[in-house]
Amino acid sequence: MELLIKNGSVYDPVNGIKGDRTDISIRDGKIVDKVSSSASVIDAGGRVVMAGGVDAHSHIAGAKVNMGRIMRPEDTRLGIKPRTKITRPCTGYTVPNVYAMGYRYAQMGYTTVFEAAQAIMKARHTHEELEEIPIIDKGALTLFGSNWPTMDFVREKNMDKLAAYVAWGLLASRGFGIKCVNPGGGEMWGFGKNVTGLDDVVPNFEVTPREIIVSLMKVNETLKLPHSVHLHCNNLGKPGNYRTTLASMELADQVRARKDRQVLHVTHVTFNCWGGTNWGDFESKADEIANYLNNCDNVTTDMGQLIFGSATTMTADGPVQYANAKLLHAKWANGDVELEDASGVVPIFYAKQVSIHAIMWAMGLELALLTKDPYKVLLTTDHPNGGPFVNYPEVIALLMSNKKRQEEIKTLHALVNDRTKIPGITRELDFNDIAVMTRVGTAKVLGLLDTKGHLGAGSDADLSIYDIIPDQIDPSIEHAKIKSAFSSAAYTIKGGEIVVKDGEITATPAGRTYWVDATVPEEQTEIMMKDIRHKFKNYYSMNLANYAVQDEYVTHPEVIKAGAIPVEVS
Amino acid sequence: MTLKVNLITGRTIDQGVTIENKTSSDYQEATAYCELNSKNLEILGKPGSNVRVKTRYGDVVVKLKENNGNPDSIAFIPMGPWANAVVDPDTRGCGMPGFKGIPAEIEVTKDKILLMKELIARYK
Amino acid sequence: MTTEITDALCPFCGCNCDDITVVVDNNRITGVKHACRVGTAKIMGHHRIETPMMRADKKSEFKKVSYDEAIEGAARMLAMSKRPLLYGWASALCEVHKKGILLAEEMGAIIDNTATVCHGPSTLAVHEKGLPSSTLGQIKNRADVVVFWGSNPVHAHPRHMGRYSVFTKGFFQEKGRRGRKVIVVDVRKTETASMADEFVQVQQGSDYLVISAMRAILSGHADVVPDSAGGVQKEQLVKLVDTLKGAKFCGIFFGMGLTQSISRYKNIDNAISLTTELNSFTKCVIMPMRGHYNVAGFGQVCSWETGFATAVDFARGAPYYNPGETAANDLLMRKETDAAMIIAGDAGAHFPADSVRHLAKIPVVQIDPYWNATTEVSNIVIPVAVCGIEVEGTAYRMDGVSLRYRKMIEPTLSTDVEVLERITERVKELRGV
Ligand code: SF4
Ligand SMILES: [Zn+2]
Repeated sequence: MELLIKNGSVYDPVNGIKGDRTDISIRDGKIVDKVSSSASVIDAGGRVVMAGGVDAHSHIAGAKVNMGRIMRPEDTRLGIKPRTKITRPCTGYTVPNVYAMGYRYAQMGYTTVFEAAQAIMKARHTHEELEEIPIIDKGALTLFGSNWPTMDFVREKNMDKLAAYVAWGLLASRGFGIKCVNPGGGEMWGFGKNVTGLDDVVPNFEVTPREIIVSLMKVNETLKLPHSVHLHCNNLGKPGNYRTTLASMELADQVRARKDRQVLHVTHVTFNCWGGTNWGDFESKADEIANYLNNCDNVTTDMGQLIFGSATTMTADGPVQYANAKLLHAKWANGDVELEDASGVVPIFYAKQVSIHAIMWAMGLELALLTKDPYKVLLTTDHPNGGPFVNYPEVIALLMSNKKRQEEIKTLHALVNDRTKIPGITRELDFNDIAVMTRVGTAKVLGLLDTKGHLGAGSDADLSIYDIIPDQIDPSIEHAKIKSAFSSAAYTIKGGEIVVKDGEITATPAGRTYWVDATVPEEQTEIMMKDIRHKFKNYYSMNLANYAVQDEYVTHPEVIKAGAIPVEVS
Repeated sequence: MTLKVNLITGRTIDQGVTIENKTSSDYQEATAYCELNSKNLEILGKPGSNVRVKTRYGDVVVKLKENNGNPDSIAFIPMGPWANAVVDPDTRGCGMPGFKGIPAEIEVTKDKILLMKELIARYK
Repeated sequence: MTTEITDALCPFCGCNCDDITVVVDNNRITGVKHACRVGTAKIMGHHRIETPMMRADKKSEFKKVSYDEAIEGAARMLAMSKRPLLYGWASALCEVHKKGILLAEEMGAIIDNTATVCHGPSTLAVHEKGLPSSTLGQIKNRADVVVFWGSNPVHAHPRHMGRYSVFTKGFFQEKGRRGRKVIVVDVRKTETASMADEFVQVQQGSDYLVISAMRAILSGHADVVPDSAGGVQKEQLVKLVDTLKGAKFCGIFFGMGLTQSISRYKNIDNAISLTTELNSFTKCVIMPMRGHYNVAGFGQVCSWETGFATAVDFARGAPYYNPGETAANDLLMRKETDAAMIIAGDAGAHFPADSVRHLAKIPVVQIDPYWNATTEVSNIVIPVAVCGIEVEGTAYRMDGVSLRYRKMIEPTLSTDVEVLERITERVKELRGV
């Protein structure tokens, strides 16, 4: 199968193409240098062509997502669409059903999405859902930050065992990388407590969040994992937490990257760049985070942009969710996982006239606009925590248009003017920046730049065409057109197949699931497994033999090899 | 003699053991009975005698059994076709029929306990 | 040749014990180790329906037919129906649920599962209040206070107390039973109650009142509580609240004592609020004692596929959910259903007489390994292999942990998945889509 995309205004930053008219050739699901004259042709007619969108942090599958659906029928009732000849029925806004997840991402031109958190013990559930999400490629990050083995090995300062555990945990969960949520706090939430900073000691395990983060970063590099440690900082959701965030970012200096990427990804900064000491003097310190990013090259972040309206917060940060539920008098689901982590789900409504929400809305934008290098701030809404992913086009429009931002600011609680820098920021991002924040940057942060996020030969033939002709539009003024074009791709091509045309789903192939197979010396695994066996014998409520995700749950695997010993490439 | 009771139904281990074997006499043994405490039971007769349990919704013959865990005037029938012959079908707008807390009358009877097949045949 | 399968999973109750050893001799199960009586009975097996059967008139005897004939008959019956109900699913694996939901979509049918007569009201309460819960290992390792409210694990979940909640030792509970205070709240003094440290006997139907009184006491308003509430002395309630507040980790397990008595989901709603409020003082989680080993799995699959956990009506092409309107008994009682497929659940035995009476009047196809009360009201009976014994696949434990069931022996009959796939294909042809 050959396909030629002619006459597109291509934005492919990695390959130095900034809106130039370029033809893209596709053969057998890959981008190639050229195709034969018998290739089918799509004439892009000067419209914007980008690689398929890549999302490095979204909650699309697994126990907490499904809990969100179960506890929120009122959300399921939004966005209902009957089945068609091609598509299954769609439901939900903040917690869509599996089909809507795939279709809606594809309709926005996204082709690869990573679920940001799965406990190993519940990974089978994550993969059951991932398997049913159509079209997009996907993967899931695995939680390691409060696991008993992690804390034991950190306390013993035994990085060999920790590396072996991470490698085994990724295999057992068919996971893609190390997620670390409120390290140490997940364990303490087991008794309803929490850590308050990087140096609190976790009782019984005698380790600190600082030690956990640094150790995980070290083994992440020992194992040469494609992605870095992906950190949800301690103290999230508490005024003044930007200090903890900065202190956590500084930890990256203790570790050297073994790959061409960051050593630490700090996620959804909207929720952890908070100044002030309470809700009364709450203010944005996104500028401080941006300032740090402007002077460092080993940390990346994502926005976690807030979207006004309904959202469903869901995170492994159990204590923050209990605090949210109490504060908001909202319904609360808690989902502690024995020996591994916590989790919680709480619905929220972000209102323009609530000062805290207005200030939070500004934070993500400030971060993206004050950080000079778009590679350091990925575009996310921490779906569905800041808001559902279908609002990415709104975020793109906000980033590209100061006019839109100023119009919006007028409708918000007045404190947005005093407690954030957003009113005075005039920077407007261009298509190239957007391509970085939604494609290249995400692919690079994930360590997938070989095949994702760009349009060079050898890359996956995932791309999107948007109904925008760059030299005929001023995004600053015509931001509504920008938003609508990015909402509904003219074409989305996934693996060389047209999956969306004029915003409608045209085909629903199954996507692949990325996971990382990291090798460590066998003896190292054997020594580590003694501890694991002891834990299953005494503490887990299930048997070791039934723990790991079986191959049946990953029917279209894309295995990335990594590891501490050289791996033979066959 | 008629005894007025509040009827509840529920699981038992023998009901569970025989649940996939519903044509067996073991299943009938395990589910076609009604438990009362000894004080209530004495009013009606001996354990093992047949009683007719009547509610607004139907009636069914089951065997009398003693269980002193039951408070006064609480009758218990294990879940299953015999219990369900007399439970309250009203779901009260939430899908769940009334399997517990049904006003019932119990009287001794010479009638026999219907087999599961016979019981269901009444509905055809 | 005798082989032993270790770490096998029990396909009976919501404990989903995964430490079973099964002895297999020539594709026959000859021994079961570690399972309880109920699990052993299920795994050892019972009389099975051996071939598909059909009859036009429900009062006449069944005739043995081939799978082809039975599937053709089932497809025709369903394709002709205007308001079909697909009910059951609790004793089947998630892979079967997925096929069932697809069939419901194809036909515009209503799909509902046995939770409707079990923990359906718990789901309604979760809509209202959420569910502060955890995996069972949290209880095992941490709980020093365990409450069974309207649930009777000695009978319904025989290994629950041993494996997860009471007798087992855990990391912070190295004393096992001696380190835990067990409280049972029930109408009857059950065997579980006899083993408890404290038994709270409530008047039947008064759980809502008792929970409300406890919440009042917890929030510092003991003064408004009368001397006795729902049959329980105030003194005992005050003591009970103190015990819960003083716990390091408290686990509350509730059963049909709450879901089936008069206040239905409101009982659970109240109990969840109590749990949430207790978290201002201690760590407290609450969990429904799910009955069948995969009744929870249906709720999970149905939620991620349709957005709703159960009682989903596809008549409009998109999922619609409103228990009280779209749950199986509502439909049968209103005589709205005009054909039913009952699979892996026994509506004939576990629905009220009125519902069974309607089932007896409409065309019914049953898909099940065993002859049960539903068979008696069926026109077409399609026997299948036993999920979790002869078929491998996924099930969800009561705490939402998914597990993969092993195949213990080879099936000699078609599987649910095969039968559903064939029916779906044929229904599509007949409906001309
Ligand atoms: S407790 Fe339940 S799952 Fe465990 S063996 Fe008994 S019936 Fe099976
Ligand atoms: Zn997140």
